[in-house]
Amino acid sequence: MSSVASIAQAPGQRRRFDLSGPIFLSLAVLLSVLVILPLFWLLVYSFTDKAGSFTLDNFVTLVTDRPMRRSFGLAIGMALGVGALACLVATPMAWLVARTDLPLRRFVRALVTASFVTPPFLGAIAWEILAAPNSGIFNNVYRWLFGLDSSHYLLDIYTFEGLVFAIACYTFPFVFTLVANALDRVPSDLEDASSILGGKWLTTLRRVTFPLVLPAMLAGALVAILQALTMFGSPAILALPAGFHVVTTKIWSLFQYPPKLELAAAASIPLLLLTIVLLRGQKWILGRKGYTVLGGKSGSPMITRLGRWKWLAVFFVLGVLCLTVVFPYAALLKTALTRTVDAPLTWDSFTLRHFNFVFFEFSATRLAMFNTMILGLLTATGVTAIALVVSYLVTRRSVLGAPALGVLATAPIAIPGIVLGVGLFLSYANPTFRLYGTLWILLIAFLTIEMPAGYQQLSSAFKGIHPELEEAGRILGASRLKALWQITAPLLRTSVIATWCFVFIGTIRELSATILLTTANTKLVSVIIYDLNESGDLGAISVLGILLLLVSFTVVFLASRMPIGSARFQPRG
Amino acid sequence: MWAKSVAIAALAGAMAWASPGQAEPPAPYDITPELIDAAKKEGSVVFYTATDVTVAEKLAATFEQEYPGIKVQVERSGSERVFQRIGQEYSTGIYNADVIETSDAVHFLLFKKEGWLTAAVPQVVATSWPAEERDADGFYAAYRAHLSVIAYRTDQVKPEDAPKSFADLLDPKWKGKMVKAHPGYSGTIMTATHALSKALGWEYFEKLAQQDVMQVQSSTEPPKKLAQGERSVQADGNEYNVFRLQEEGVPIEIVYATEGTPLVIGNAAILKNPPHPNAAKLFYAYLFSIEAQQLNHDFGGLRSFHPDLKEKEGRTALKDIKLLLPDAPALESEIETIKSKYEEYFGT
Repeated sequence: MSSVASIAQAPGQRRRFDLSGPIFLSLAVLLSVLVILPLFWLLVYSFTDKAGSFTLDNFVTLVTDRPMRRSFGLAIGMALGVGALACLVATPMAWLVARTDLPLRRFVRALVTASFVTPPFLGAIAWEILAAPNSGIFNNVYRWLFGLDSSHYLLDIYTFEGLVFAIACYTFPFVFTLVANALDRVPSDLEDASSILGGKWLTTLRRVTFPLVLPAMLAGALVAILQALTMFGSPAILALPAGFHVVTTKIWSLFQYPPKLELAAAASIPLLLLTIVLLRGQKWILGRKGYTVLGGKSGSPMITRLGRWKWLAVFFVLGVLCLTVVFPYAALLKTALTRTVDAPLTWDSFTLRHFNFVFFEFSATRLAMFNTMILGLLTATGVTAIALVVSYLVTRRSVLGAPALGVLATAPIAIPGIVLGVGLFLSYANPTFRLYGTLWILLIAFLTIEMPAGYQQLSSAFKGIHPELEEAGRILGASRLKALWQITAPLLRTSVIATWCFVFIGTIRELSATILLTTANTKLVSVIIYDLNESGDLGAISVLGILLLLVSFTVVFLASRMPIGSARFQPRG
Repeated sequence: MWAKSVAIAALAGAMAWASPGQAEPPAPYDITPELIDAAKKEGSVVFYTATDVTVAEKLAATFEQEYPGIKVQVERSGSERVFQRIGQEYSTGIYNADVIETSDAVHFLLFKKEGWLTAAVPQVVATSWPAEERDADGFYAAYRAHLSVIAYRTDQVKPEDAPKSFADLLDPKWKGKMVKAHPGYSGTIMTATHALSKALGWEYFEKLAQQDVMQVQSSTEPPKKLAQGERSVQADGNEYNVFRLQEEGVPIEIVYATEGTPLVIGNAAILKNPPHPNAAKLFYAYLFSIEAQQLNHDFGGLRSFHPDLKEKEGRTALKDIKLLLPDAPALESEIETIKSKYEEYFGT
């Protein structure tokens, strides 16, 4: 390999100017500004008191304050629960979809995308409609079926378990997508070798296929865990009524009057450390193994015939999809069309007044929709472009110090959105920048928040592509950029589009940083949905939610049709 | 530290104790054709409000009909969020809002101290408002009042079984059946919690917390949870939302507790440096007009200090209700205590 690399640096190449250096520098500056500035203020704040002098009191309070400790414990428990549940559901599903003759595979993938597009706070609201102990549709049906009185209920979403479930519903697609993509890429050579050597179907699955997708699963689980840990909307909707705080809602409550900014900053430091530990853990698990799976040659993946298990598998997959997509969407649709939530859907209770309210009476709708879409498009494009270059520089180690870029691009994952909101507010809402009240501060926030997701996706995609392909290109005289554009980019097409969609969706469902950064003129749909939830207008929320989903699906659909790169490359021929 | 002070000012809603610096309230003003013309040139007015969004939008629509050519931009949020937002905006020199209105009287004490308000007294306020319901220096006045009430679903609870007092809510039969809003989020509930802790003592809340109460945030939310059928009884929440739901045919009934019902005053004011100064004056005067007050009352279920207001049929008049009166200056120093006590008992 090293000989190949040195040939790539052959004398003929040297005359051509390599852009890596300047690109590296400008990216380093950009990422530093995006990431380090808010983190810097966060640190400064956590070590100061109200008067602005140095203190450790904030950290002492973190440890001694019982409600604070409890919120940390619950948040960690919740996040691990979500990670475990997501893996448990998503890994078998991904395998069924990618590697078996399961009927309706394409349909299943589309529906998983749907549950990914669903903002978790919207899902949480939908699950309130479905499984609130007294008014929940499921509980009403249960009581009606068994003739029980109002003191009985089957499900209570306002519990710790309910919260874990409601978050997992909308984070399992992280695991699913990564594992399914990995399974698409794992060539059958190794599996064939295993079967030729007498390995049974299950042995091959366990000893060959599963270890090959383990990195993808862990990466997905990690994203799911971190998402849950730093999520604000769903806990605010489900945990607060149940009477408990997780870290994010606790931090949010510290902003209520009279605000305790310093404590809020201090409370986010353990989250930051925890994330770093998790990321190191992932590295350590994967450290010694090479997982390059897409080389110059590849065979088609091995498809397992399910036989008589087929219907059980269909039942499992459809069951999951009903819980995450079909039932919640149906609940939103029903709520949008009926007068009150507990009224049955009949001609009597049918009404269009929620639609009328949202479209004609509620003055914020159009502006919020416009802002949300503009920011979604800009953020998705910006993050994808930056993440692509960064992950290239990092995985190919083409510039000294490149790994530092990777660290920078991953760091924001550890900052809870609401804390980042404060950091950004401190950094950009002052006489020098005056960005508060504009869409720019939101764009900066979203670029920062979404960078880790984009980077994780693309760097794992890069890791799956052997450099031999680019090296071949460079031997034949292409510049680094040309090799990247003409060889690697087309190979990455699916991943790039997936990343773009990930980021777009991530942006339109962001709530926690947004909530501190919006003003009257920079309102977003997620914020008005949250405002409406606070005042209990479920009908209007359902209408807005449906609208948001429709527009998002359209964008994702269009994006998936867009050709990227100079050639359409089909890895499986 | 410079940034430090920006931040504190920003997110704290700025607590620096500037002196009010004004002795005389300005002369009362009327809505004149000149004012209307000047307002029309500005073309719009921005209204930060904590009133229920449908009511606020309706009021805006009525104003737009009355004064065509002036658009009202309604920004509705919970009182504390409106407060936080104004704090952020004013400390960074952003002047987006013309007129502000929240249900937390403490806010207006702070705004005034901070010098964030423009003194202005509509004629009707000067002549008809009770002296204790308007600022002596003319910076703000009571735009609305409402009550935080107990209420129940009549189809789930028989009238004879319904609670009559706050003490009745401690009966084990209401365990898991109640919903209440949060004082950290809602100015209404903060005011009510303060009044109740004075009237009944904190033991009341300590015992109430044992009843598996569903905790929501805004005081507009408990009535809506009753309407959804999610809970049978609200321990607190806005009276005006209950009125509105009753008119929609939702089977709920209000209980004016024997211990007294907390009254909540919602002030309004014109902000300092309003982007549309004339439209702001016009809209502010309109807020106190009999048309607006009657609309708030009839459609919005709010209470009013306008002497000409016609009490809507079927509603108990304010004078017939035993009230627990708010005490904003005393509350200001106790907010921290109330929040930590509340978290101790209720978990959030």
